[in-house]
Formats: sequence, structure tokens, C-alpha cells
Amino acid sequence: MTRITVSVDGVSCTDEVEPRMLLVHYLRETVGKVGTVIGCDTSNCGACTVHLDGRSVKSCNMLAVQADGHEVTTIEGLAKDGRLHPMQVAFHENHALQCGYCTPGMIMQAIDLVGQNPSPTEDEIRHGMEGNLCRCTGYHNIVKAVAAAAGAMSSERSDS
Amino acid sequence: MIPTSFDYVAPTSVDEALSVLAEAGDDAKVLAGGQSLLPILRMRLNAPEKVVDLGRIEALRGVRDGGDHIAIGAMTPYCDIVDDALVREHALLLAKAVETVADPQIRHRGTVGGALVHADPAGDVGAPVLALEATLVVVGPGGERTVAASEFFQDLFETSVGDGELLTEIRIPKHTGWGASYEKFVRVSHQWSIVAVAATVRLDGGSIAEARIGLTNMGSTPLRATAVEQALVGKGASDLAEACSAAAEGTNPPSDLNGDADYRRHLAGVLARRAVQKAMEG
Repeated sequence: MTRITVSVDGVSCTDEVEPRMLLVHYLRETVGKVGTVIGCDTSNCGACTVHLDGRSVKSCNMLAVQADGHEVTTIEGLAKDGRLHPMQVAFHENHALQCGYCTPGMIMQAIDLVGQNPSPTEDEIRHGMEGNLCRCTGYHNIVKAVAAAAGAMSSERSDS
Repeated sequence: MIPTSFDYVAPTSVDEALSVLAEAGDDAKVLAGGQSLLPILRMRLNAPEKVVDLGRIEALRGVRDGGDHIAIGAMTPYCDIVDDALVREHALLLAKAVETVADPQIRHRGTVGGALVHADPAGDVGAPVLALEATLVVVGPGGERTVAASEFFQDLFETSVGDGELLTEIRIPKHTGWGASYEKFVRVSHQWSIVAVAATVRLDGGSIAEARIGLTNMGSTPLRATAVEQALVGKGASDLAEACSAAAEGTNPPSDLNGDADYRRHLAGVLARRAVQKAMEG
């Protein structure tokens, strides 16, 4: 066993883990962050996307021990004081989901995308989301939601 | 699935990593960015006794100016290569290839050195590194040695990096001002290249003074299309088709569900022409 200390959604967690434990299993089973889901076994689908030190990663494609000393943000860490993140609001308002299974990963990747490129074109959104698969929506409303959130996030910034 | 049990060690220096590797022998597996190794471990295609994580060795990250070359630390992640000013100025081809690798999440973790040592012939880093005539720095118990990219790739998933050795740096001779393009053929996004062609050219007036062409997934290792490179000298933008049609000459591409060998040979010629055309545009 290896002792790791990881900040998960702003809370410092220290645990003894097996080195072979995947980050996604650590988040779900040890820390209880079941909002982060496992969609595939091949690192293709992106459903398990979280932020590691502010950048998107597939948490099924990392060992928990690799996150030792780092900061992880999951979908559960986005809402502040009971208010949803603008990306969560945009997914809700644009009906950017059907079954909802891909949504946590979609939202985490979309936030990374808008962080890098505050006003992405439709093409840039589609390319930026290529590591996340949705088998229900055909992506149209997801793309709309990301564009809407980018607009909301930039007006939020100019207000503050 | 989850990986089989292993011991984990995360050295903070190259020397420490080498001594861990020497002690562990061939039961150790080196973990770079893990974007190929983790799926392999999960599928239990490999079951190492010990995993040696290079992720805590800061000295292996970053790009620096080495005078006549740029030097890229083996643990530099893809995302840091794509926007790096030195890479874009002196080795644009590498940036163009790396920005097509997998997807953003994978590019945040995956490393150029990890990809080179993994040596998947469908990977996108080998062909540009070969075409740009890079030199690879390998360290081991006996010290440091340098390997030309043309000697580095030995076979499918096999390089000249031996047990107990580490790739530490990729040195790319400056190709300042060379235009570049990486034309990758896939059927769906974030797929491995069915075939890809890496092309970089130096222009003199409107025609090609020098060209370098690398091929991805046209054999068990990345390949260089030297006959095309020679045939392109002196050619203008409207005059590329014949020179590029020889791109597959002498290659032995794989046949699989994505396409048979003949199809890949055809693709290589088409993609070479497109890549050179785009490279001439900048």
C-alpha cells in the first residue's frame, strides 16, 4: 500500500491505496465522488474526465498514486454555494443530455475547453470535445450548450 | 478491468530512476504519461512486478534552445509541445503532428518520450521525429549515448532503448522557417492513424529546395520516404503528384480491418501530395 494525499474538490484526502488502483476508482470508492462515472474500459469515452491541477484528464487512465500531491476537481466540486457552474446551467437549459451518463465528463472537458479558448467556434467546440462520446444526443445540443456557457462565462468575467 | 498488483516507485531524479531500474531488472516497466501503458496494464497485456513512474522528475520536462537544435525533455506532455514557441519556430512539423494525437485529455498527460519508446507504428510522434532527423539521448548504467532517429526504431514496439535505460531528451536540428503539415487519415475522431504522412519543406522562391517526408503506419516502424524527398527538389506547388506517387515505394504496410496493404499504399501517395501542398503554404 502507498499513502497518498490528494486534494479532491478542495478537501485534502489522505489514504492508503494499492498502487494499481485507478484514479477513477479512488475517487468513486474511497472518496465517494460517484458523480464521476466509468463509461468504457478503453480510455475512449471520456465519461470519467476530471481536472488534475486544472487540466482535463481521463481518470480511468491514471493511477491514484500519480495524483499524490495534486489537486483533483470532479463534477461534484463545480457548484458553489448551491449555485450551479455556468456550464452545468447551460447543459440544463439547452437540454444537452438524454440519458445523462456522459454528462459529467462532457461538462468537465467543456470547462477545460472554454478555459483555453474563451470564445470557441462550433468547429473548435467539436474538435475540443472529441475525447468525449455521447451515444444519445448526436452532440448538437452539447455543442450549443458549450457555446452558450462560453458566452455566459465571459459576461460573468466582464461583470466582476 | 484493473491492473495486476505491482510495486510502485516514483524517483525524483534520473540517477535514482536508473538505480531502481538496475535493481528491478526486466520485471520493471517505466511509466511516462501512461496514456498507452495504463490501457495495457488494465487489459493485462503486461503484468510488471514494478512500475517506475518518471512523473516526478522535473528535469525531464520542458523545451530549451540548444543552439543548432532544440532539446525536448522526454517527459514533456503533448499539450506543452503544441503551443511551444521554440517548437513552432524550429520544428513546426512536430507541433502539427502532436496536435492530432488522440484527444485533449490524452494530450494533457501523454508525453513525447513515452510515445517514442512505446513505438507504436500507428503513433504520430515517430514519423516527424524521423523526418526532422532528430537525435535521441539515452542514459543507462554505462552513461549517456546518443542515437540517430534512423537507428532508434527497430521493430513493432521495439526501440534501441534497452532494459535499464531511459530516453531523456529529443534533440531536433533547427528547421527554422520550414513549412510543415501532418496529414492523418482516420475514419472517426481520436482514432489511431490508418496512414499519416508528415511533410516539411524549405522553399526557395516558389519551389522546393529541401523536403523531408515521414510515414506513419506504413510498416512496423515509422519510415522515411527518401525517394519522394529527392524527387520533390525543384518542384512547384502544381507539380507534386508524380513525385509524391512514389511515397509507398519499398514499404510493407499492414493489412487490417481499417484497410489492406494496397489501400494503405494508395493513401500514402495521396496524403503525401496533400501534406507537401499544405507544407508549401506554411
